[in-house]
Amino acid sequence: MHSVVCIKQVPDSAQIRVHPVTNTIMRQGVPAIINPYDLFALEEALRLKDRFGGKVTVITMGPPQAEVALRKALSFGADDAILVTDKSFAGADTLATSYALAATIRQIAKESPVDMVFTGKQTIDGDTAQVGPGIAKRMDLQLLTYVSRIVSVDQDKREIVVERRAEGGVQVLKTSLPCLITMLEGSNQMRFGTMPDMFRAARYEMKFWDKTAAGIEDVTKIGLKGSPTVVNKVFTPSPRSEKAEMIAVEGGSPADVAVALLAKMAARFPLVEKELAKRA
Amino acid sequence: MSEETQVKKKRKIVLDERLLAYKGVWVFIEHERGQVHPVSWELLGEGRKLADMLGVELAGVVLAAPGEEAKRFCEEAYQYGADLCYLMQSEVLADYRNDPFTQGLTELVNAYQPEILLLGATTQGRDLAGSVATTLQTGLTADCTGLTIDPDNRSLLSTRPTFGGSLLCTIVTLNYRPQMATVRPRVMAMPEKVPGRVGRIVEHPLAMAEDDIVTKVLEFIADDSRDKPQLPFADIIVAGGRGLGKPENFQLVRDLAEALGAEVGASRPVVQAGWVELDRQVGQSGKTVRPKLYIAAGISGAIQHRVGMEGADCIIAINNDPNAPIFDFAHYGIVGDAMTILPALTEAFRQKLATLKQAG
Ligand SMILES: Cc1cc2nc3c(=O)[nH]c(=O)nc-3n(C[C@H](O)[C@H](O)[C@H](O)COP(=O)(O)OP(=O)(O)OC[C@H]3O[C@@H](n4cnc5c(N)ncnc54)[C@H](O)[C@@H]3O)c2cc1C
Repeated sequence: MHSVVCIKQVPDSAQIRVHPVTNTIMRQGVPAIINPYDLFALEEALRLKDRFGGKVTVITMGPPQAEVALRKALSFGADDAILVTDKSFAGADTLATSYALAATIRQIAKESPVDMVFTGKQTIDGDTAQVGPGIAKRMDLQLLTYVSRIVSVDQDKREIVVERRAEGGVQVLKTSLPCLITMLEGSNQMRFGTMPDMFRAARYEMKFWDKTAAGIEDVTKIGLKGSPTVVNKVFTPSPRSEKAEMIAVEGGSPADVAVALLAKMAARFPLVEKELAKRA
Repeated sequence: MSEETQVKKKRKIVLDERLLAYKGVWVFIEHERGQVHPVSWELLGEGRKLADMLGVELAGVVLAAPGEEAKRFCEEAYQYGADLCYLMQSEVLADYRNDPFTQGLTELVNAYQPEILLLGATTQGRDLAGSVATTLQTGLTADCTGLTIDPDNRSLLSTRPTFGGSLLCTIVTLNYRPQMATVRPRVMAMPEKVPGRVGRIVEHPLAMAEDDIVTKVLEFIADDSRDKPQLPFADIIVAGGRGLGKPENFQLVRDLAEALGAEVGASRPVVQAGWVELDRQVGQSGKTVRPKLYIAAGISGAIQHRVGMEGADCIIAINNDPNAPIFDFAHYGIVGDAMTILPALTEAFRQKLATLKQAG
């Protein structure tokens, strides 16, 4: 069982602070981490390896610094890691990203056939959830998104049964390998890396692939050139036309303030008043 | 949203001749187990505005198993603003599966060429949108919070929070069509239903048989919805943030919610700290809500929180910092310690409800 896991290095959003005056994001000193959603994908791939043997290859497309994320993945038990990095990837939107990753996976499959591709459900910085489906379509893989559980794998028949989160319920789906799975959060818990894996990760000779090594044939499909969407402008959210009406009662207690608020609201928001009446 | 800080000169978008034929606004009508997802109606409401700005027709797209149900979905779509529906019926479309739906929607787009295609940012909509956009090789913008038309060149302008940032950005699709976007449930307002409004059906076959499809649905296990908070559809929400200081204080939020029969919401830090369950998070990476009344205590009003709740009719903010950003978009503000204001509000609302009850 050969699984390829696509990961992304992202800033730890829990530690991002927004500058109170300029309203811009303060990235300095914010540690880079593996996109938390991708860890569920990696753990699931490692579990398949535990059960069926084979190997796990992690890949990421990103700047040279993303090597750190790949080493982390190796320390959890991944066998191989490839950093797909090339200046011409800059400015890629999700369509261009899935093109580059699909090319990379095809290249990997030339050496060792790929049974499963895993991605996280989405990233915490982009939030689009588009790259997984994009890779699947480009490689003509069966696509299973939002998988909460792998129920069974039949290696001889090359079949897999999974539970997939749908609107209003869970779909139990059966499909054939190779397939692409995007893992739902909370579906498993990342293991601790073992000592030997940590040493191996530190010594691992990282593979850096540029666009040629990644087998990219059509350079009009990568980076900014291959991206149908562009950011046209960036702006700060505007205040409402009028700011909040501040409720204060000179020398009053919190109780007075609360009563004053309710009186004002009753006059200006009959809709809320009606809703309250329903609950009386 | 205004106060634009232009980052680059507006891009000139020139369409190839063949792309000029793409006309009309489409909304994918998502359904599961005989129910249309409300986000589809919300999108028809938004799509109506876009279609009117462009002077084109608004279409619903229904892919379903053959039968009366699909026709009923179309009829409902007209009442929510669609002029016509593209209807594709096939046994293989009985349950949502990526392959037949991707092929079906892709065939429809290629045959009838819409300029805009909108889908809900649900598990189904995102699965389908990503696949269809890749197959069609066109642009897709996820999780938009605003959609409008550039009057200069008829382009769709999709607004969404910047990647991990505190700013908003507008995204355009260059020389590719259709322009695709997903919008999360409850971000757009539910349009009024117009009873008796009618439209026309365009039927199109799907050239696909069950044998062509690798993935099979073995079972559907419906959620037990009783114990799930229905935050997106709650009419009153009381939400708490990091300003409450410690988990015990969050009880004050629950007390007020209980007095009001309201749902409890929270900002992300307190969800991450484990004070409150995951599915009560309001915001960009949580739920989008549109209650009639939203009470926020100890929440600063960061953009990622704001995009999830600014659709509320009335917002009350309690914060001890008079300069907290939440006061920029709340309707009422109380500057003070949430720990004393919350119990006072609980008491005031209790009395109010008692009075309303007497008034009958
Ligand atoms: C990619 C990304 C996605 C995100 N998604 C979300 C999301 O979905 N939802 C979300 O909420 N956030 C989200 N965030 C986080 C967001 O940027 C803010 O950090 C978060 O909303 C802040 O939460 P808060 O207002 O509770 O805390 P803080 O920003 O710390 O604000 C606490 C507030 O409480 C006030 N306060 C302090 N003491 C008191 C007191 N005694 N009485 C009254 N007020 C008091 C303070 O003045 C302050 O305004 C996301 C961030 C990123 C980068």
